[in-house]
Amino acid sequence: MRGNSLKYALLLVALLALAAAGCGGGGGGSGTTGGGETSAATGGTLVFGSAADPVALDGILVSDGESSRVIEQIFETLVDLKPGTTDLEPGLAESWEANGDATQYTFHLRQGVKFQDDTDFNADAVCFNFNRWYNFKGSFQNPSATYYWQVIFGGFKTYNPKSGAPKDSLYKSCEATDENTAVITLTKPSASFLAGLTLTPFSIGSPDALQKYDADKGSVDADGIFHPTGTYSTQHPIGTGPFQFDSWTRGDRLVLKRFDGYWGKTSDKPTAFNGTGAKLDQLIFKPIADNAARLQALQSGDIMGYDLVEPQDIPTIQGDSNLQILDRPAFNVGYVGFNLSIPPTDDPKVRQAIAYGLDRQGVIDSFYAGRGEVAKEFMPPSLFGYADDVQEYTYDPEKAKQILQDAGYTLPVKLDGWFPTDVSRPYMPDPKRNFEAFAASLEKAGFKVVPHSAPWSPDYLGRSDEGKLGNLYLLGWTGDFGDPDDFIGVFFQTPQKQWGTTGSDEMKPVQEILDQAETETDEAKRTELYQEANRQIMQILPGVPYAHNKPALAFIQGVEGYVPSPVDLQSFATVSLNK
Amino acid sequence: MLRFVVRRLLLLIPILLGLSILVFFWIRHLPGGPASALLGERATPQAVAAIRHQYGLDKPIYIQYGKYAKQIITLNFGTSVTTRQAVSTEFKQRFPATVELAVAAGLFAIIFGIPLGFVAAKRYGGIVDHTSLVVSLVGISTPIFFLALILKYIFAVKLQWLPSVGRISPLIDVEHPTNFYTVDTLLAGDISAFVDVGKHLVLPAIALGSIPLAIIARITRASVLDVQNEDYVRTARAKGLPPRSVDYRHVLRNAMLPISTIIGLQVGLLLSGAVLTETVFAFPGIGSWLVDAIKARNYPVIQGGVMFVAIIVVFVNLIVDISYGFLNPKIRLS
Repeated sequence: MRGNSLKYALLLVALLALAAAGCGGGGGGSGTTGGGETSAATGGTLVFGSAADPVALDGILVSDGESSRVIEQIFETLVDLKPGTTDLEPGLAESWEANGDATQYTFHLRQGVKFQDDTDFNADAVCFNFNRWYNFKGSFQNPSATYYWQVIFGGFKTYNPKSGAPKDSLYKSCEATDENTAVITLTKPSASFLAGLTLTPFSIGSPDALQKYDADKGSVDADGIFHPTGTYSTQHPIGTGPFQFDSWTRGDRLVLKRFDGYWGKTSDKPTAFNGTGAKLDQLIFKPIADNAARLQALQSGDIMGYDLVEPQDIPTIQGDSNLQILDRPAFNVGYVGFNLSIPPTDDPKVRQAIAYGLDRQGVIDSFYAGRGEVAKEFMPPSLFGYADDVQEYTYDPEKAKQILQDAGYTLPVKLDGWFPTDVSRPYMPDPKRNFEAFAASLEKAGFKVVPHSAPWSPDYLGRSDEGKLGNLYLLGWTGDFGDPDDFIGVFFQTPQKQWGTTGSDEMKPVQEILDQAETETDEAKRTELYQEANRQIMQILPGVPYAHNKPALAFIQGVEGYVPSPVDLQSFATVSLNK
Repeated sequence: MLRFVVRRLLLLIPILLGLSILVFFWIRHLPGGPASALLGERATPQAVAAIRHQYGLDKPIYIQYGKYAKQIITLNFGTSVTTRQAVSTEFKQRFPATVELAVAAGLFAIIFGIPLGFVAAKRYGGIVDHTSLVVSLVGISTPIFFLALILKYIFAVKLQWLPSVGRISPLIDVEHPTNFYTVDTLLAGDISAFVDVGKHLVLPAIALGSIPLAIIARITRASVLDVQNEDYVRTARAKGLPPRSVDYRHVLRNAMLPISTIIGLQVGLLLSGAVLTETVFAFPGIGSWLVDAIKARNYPVIQGGVMFVAIIVVFVNLIVDISYGFLNPKIRLS
């Protein structure tokens, strides 16, 4: 370039850059907070920051939270949850009853419900969906493909030993006895089956769309990975929910629009959505993987809300008058687990002394940013079956020492203790610090803890499966659905190497109670059984629970009506934008 | 020239072969695998074994590699474990974002870096020279993610002049036939959307281009200082040519050789995925794609992604080498 032209060219570029920056005005260029678009009580567009794109929008084939978050808006299940709780209420089924031995459930379906493709929702549609799932073959049977079917129902019609799926299935059949009545028959009594039906994998899709858009077509590549060749789960997910699918550009946004034919608007029976259907015109999910980027996107107005707020960001959000924090009720438990097969934790007295030697309140106060509470049993207080009168163990190092000495031990008693690295879990934001604090408090109680650690995945988890985490280890669990079976059933109903219960009979009484409770359909009796199980667990002490932690969501001010669910199943239909 | 190009292209074969073996064996020695990444706490030993069997991970490693090599020859890069999309499809979706970001960052670095280095050389030892040195040092030594966060905090959060994440506002409705959002918005005739895309590129381009800018400025300065002491430059000045003519036709043009090498290398690096920038700005390019794949032990994506990146880097360097010929006829003829 010659002479002055270069200078002027540079000047022009600089001016253009400034102009582009300057003409953004307010709102950070995305217009989601400014512009008067959201001034009405109903209508408007909400942009929500998710942590990732969904995997797919076919509920039965996914198990990740971001897929569920979107599926929950488009589809519905037979049984629903009262918002913000784990209490069951009518969904697509208005009512249901079980036969005498709880092996058959008759669902009376809502009438006048349409799928978003204008086809009818009825008993045939329900049975079509259940039978579709039961008849899965090949790589559909892999645990990573149909995880929740296998958790609730177990196996499939065709058993394939190599698939990893169980041989037996809880599901037997589904029959449409008339247009609005679907009868599901089980192979054995189950009481946790109803709560399982609230999960998004059991959403009812339009049979027409499932067939037309080849939901079951796919191929397995040379690596054994199934990939869909149909377009149902990526472009035509059709349900009965208050929002319908509009478009999806991976990495950019997923757009849902209000479904104006939603049954909730015209039904005379009360619904969770007060008969209005969705309040928003449009709901957009924007994937932002990095936590700090999500917070800054909220602050800059690029999004209007997000989930999975980091504990350290909560004070920042609370200090900003334009933003608000919403609490998700705690539905997790962090615990110190024991191995009952190896000394000295095979001795109940030692385990009792450890329980008195753990300063749990101290750990909660120091490392949970004010959002934790001390757990006194292995399930959260909001769940039925929680017992208020379990044995409690407040921190008492002198008592712990006394128990050990009375039992004939020479102090200090050596324990091998494990904690995971490279991880932060909802029930355990900082494993290392928890462990160090516990080790220090145990030292005052007559123990000497030898620390060990391993990266969370796969080493620590692998070792836990094999029961190779020493005498005590830090672990935890977040519940999937509102049934005690999903907590203490998972931990203690069958012998497991993790707890050393494969090599010990101590937990047998608890196992028997849990077997009984799983098939007890009388709610009151079931509650009592789980309460008794909790009492016994806290006597035998296969571990010491220590934390329930409340996750948080963040929104801009003006977003109203979002009701966080303990099991992360919440609808945006009740959400409105007010300015 | 043709022989030169063909020879360089043929070099791709041993490069890709060696790289595929390296990556294939390396990632399989990383702790973990797709099974535990997919299932987390819910991974029972049976579930892990079933997934490993399904993906053929329980076979001897040389058999796994043989199967993989056969696939690659037929240009089949497999399926992503987490999204269940074909790896090549995901690459095609993601690569345009990286190209746009790399071009924007490269332009930023070149447009400001060359003049900065040139002026620093011309005013050697003066305030401009020292300032450019400081700016370069700051540019090179500031971690990109830190610079990105600061830029976002000032311009997106506090001033709200520019957006903080993504490639385009989620409220804008426009088709993406090419996935180059700048092109797509122009094809749709939507100028406000085009401007929006441009605004989304500003901060990431500055963050990503800061190091190349610093490097280009320093190399330009050194190269110009070198060239302007050459005999032919002294001769041109002595002959009475206008200073501007000497500067641009003789000094800068000859100084461009090492500068263009550096630019080529930088562009190659930019195209191979700006991991930190893409993560901080939630920019869906191949950098963030590969990071997510490594975290999830997504073997097909890691293998395929690294191969694609290698091909890009080799091609870019080839283009740089070819461009020497245009800058210096002597090289063309030899």
